[in-house]
Amino acid sequence: MKPVNSAAGGATGNGETGPVVQVAGAAVRLGGRTIWEHVDLEVWPGEFIAILGPNGSGKSTLIKAILGLLPLQAGSISVLGQPARRGHPEIGYVPQRRHFEADVRVRGRDVVRLGLDGVRWGLPLPFVQRGRARSFEKQVQDVIESVGAAAYADRPIGELSGGEQQRLLIAQALVTHPRLLALDEPLDSLDIQNQQAVAGLIRGIARDTGAAVLLVAHDVNPILSALDRVVYMAGGRVAVGTPEEVVTSETLSKLYGSPVEVLHASDGSVVVVGHPGEEEVFHHDRH
Amino acid sequence: MTAIDCCADGAQCASGSCSILQCAQNCSAQIQSHFISPFGYHFMQNAFLAGTLVAIMAGVLGYFMVLRSQSFAGHSLANVGFAGATGASLFGAPPILGLFAAGVAAACGIHYLGLGTRQTRQNDIAVGAIFTAAIALGFLFIRLAPKEFTVNIYDVLFGNVLGISDANVLITAISAAVLLSLLVVSARPLLFASVDPDVAAARGVPVRALGLGFLILLALTVAVAVQVVGVLLIFSLLVTPAATARYLTPHPALAVGMAVLLAILFTWCGLAVGFYTPYPVGFFITSFAFGTYLLVRGAKLLMARSQRTRLANSVLA
Ligand SMILES: Nc1ncnc2c1ncn2[C@@H]1O[C@H](COP(=O)(O)OP(=O)(O)OP(=O)(O)O)[C@@H](O)[C@H]1O
Ligand SMILES: [Mg+2]
Repeated sequence: MKPVNSAAGGATGNGETGPVVQVAGAAVRLGGRTIWEHVDLEVWPGEFIAILGPNGSGKSTLIKAILGLLPLQAGSISVLGQPARRGHPEIGYVPQRRHFEADVRVRGRDVVRLGLDGVRWGLPLPFVQRGRARSFEKQVQDVIESVGAAAYADRPIGELSGGEQQRLLIAQALVTHPRLLALDEPLDSLDIQNQQAVAGLIRGIARDTGAAVLLVAHDVNPILSALDRVVYMAGGRVAVGTPEEVVTSETLSKLYGSPVEVLHASDGSVVVVGHPGEEEVFHHDRH
Repeated sequence: MTAIDCCADGAQCASGSCSILQCAQNCSAQIQSHFISPFGYHFMQNAFLAGTLVAIMAGVLGYFMVLRSQSFAGHSLANVGFAGATGASLFGAPPILGLFAAGVAAACGIHYLGLGTRQTRQNDIAVGAIFTAAIALGFLFIRLAPKEFTVNIYDVLFGNVLGISDANVLITAISAAVLLSLLVVSARPLLFASVDPDVAAARGVPVRALGLGFLILLALTVAVAVQVVGVLLIFSLLVTPAATARYLTPHPALAVGMAVLLAILFTWCGLAVGFYTPYPVGFFITSFAFGTYLLVRGAKLLMARSQRTRLANSVLA
């Protein structure tokens, strides 16, 4: 499957012209089973890409491979021209379905702050590094305001609702102004309105900073208007392209290896039926 | 209780039923006033010094332990430490050494068997069985130990803060220095790894190595804290101050500071009251800790309730 190069958004002024992520012929084996193979994907600065597919199809695995957390069985993955490795400072990451337990009594602000300096050893000198401490505080405050979490950022994170926690985690991923945002179902615990709001927010930040976004989603409704391309994973294989190219009866049937039908409803939504996984509803407001 | 029974030697006094003050008075030739300062006695100086150092260590490490939901691991280290302390007596080694060695072994066990994480709380029963076995082993060691090396079982179980030798004060001071300097270096990555291990790992924090390092530091803290409160009362310094501090503030640095202050306060109050009454110091430290915890939790509950009623009233109005 040829990736469609549709670099959108303002990805200029950062001196890099190559892709943010380049996956070439990659395969991952876990527990003696090949999760997916022959995966080719190029992600360009400013692109907003959704990773779709049924449960267990390897979406999280793809994110983890790009983060350098999993070894590849074949092929290669490079991030900003270097082989994928753990701890790449230019990647912001929100893992899948995490909730802080109610007894975690640390302020949301501190959790966001850890994204900025949590990897640093030693403690800042209280008076000598005043200036830097202030600029860090400002950066944290700015990103908290940009995700609309200012009202509850000073409460213990364990006491916040799932959606409030999710916004703070997105802020944590954004706070270093990464060139790649890897978000594993970040909209998962938000209501529909908030899903759209947060998706729009991520889209806006990606446009402003030229960051590329890889976003795993189950419900693609709220993000379809923001999407540039989709990566559809099923049956150990991957299809990459615009939603109009990939979410079709033909492509998905080939992917699943069994007949799948994509129905277009009169209100513009798309329904995928007949595949062995689950029902998925695509609201297609581009039609 | 006759005057002869009461001697100024801290170790004997602590297990006797007379007050330390009484002991001190009876043994001191030049008592002029009715008020005796606890600081006038060497064993009390040692007690305050070691107690303060232990309180600082326990306060700081306790914060992280509670944050990581590893109080069970802390308890396990103390229980295994009991076998270590009594086992050391088989060879005439100092109990503190046995405590630390057994604690490190237990820390490695907990780490490599993956028992120290939030997700594996269901292993509690298996771990509990193992640690009961460790206590039984320690009990056996007490009987096996040669006469000249026997340890006082009460000292290991409940601590003997009034019988801390100069050498042990020095060991405690060195431990505190090592622990605090390591924590200053690793505080932020450790906080990151404790609050948010998945993201921390992806960002390059050595989460697993920090987890093991933390358990070893916990073993060190337990080993020195046992001198003050014993393996059974160790939570009064390790958990209660940190748990109370967490309810007072969600700010990590402030909470660590408060946990330390509370631990020091409980220790000092316990020592002071223990000095003037015939009852053991460990009891008072634990009671002050528990009382404060109850007070803070109760106050928080009341505040939450009054807030709810106010909210409900304002909605109705
Ligand atoms: N460490 C592991 N060892 C063995 N198998 C694994 C491991 N991690 C994941 N798998 C398997 O790999 C497959 C893909 O997992 P992955 O988490 O990537 O799925 P996913 O597409 O993210 O699913 P979901 O929508 O449920 O999040 C699953 O079948 C899972 O069982
Ligand atoms: Mg997943």
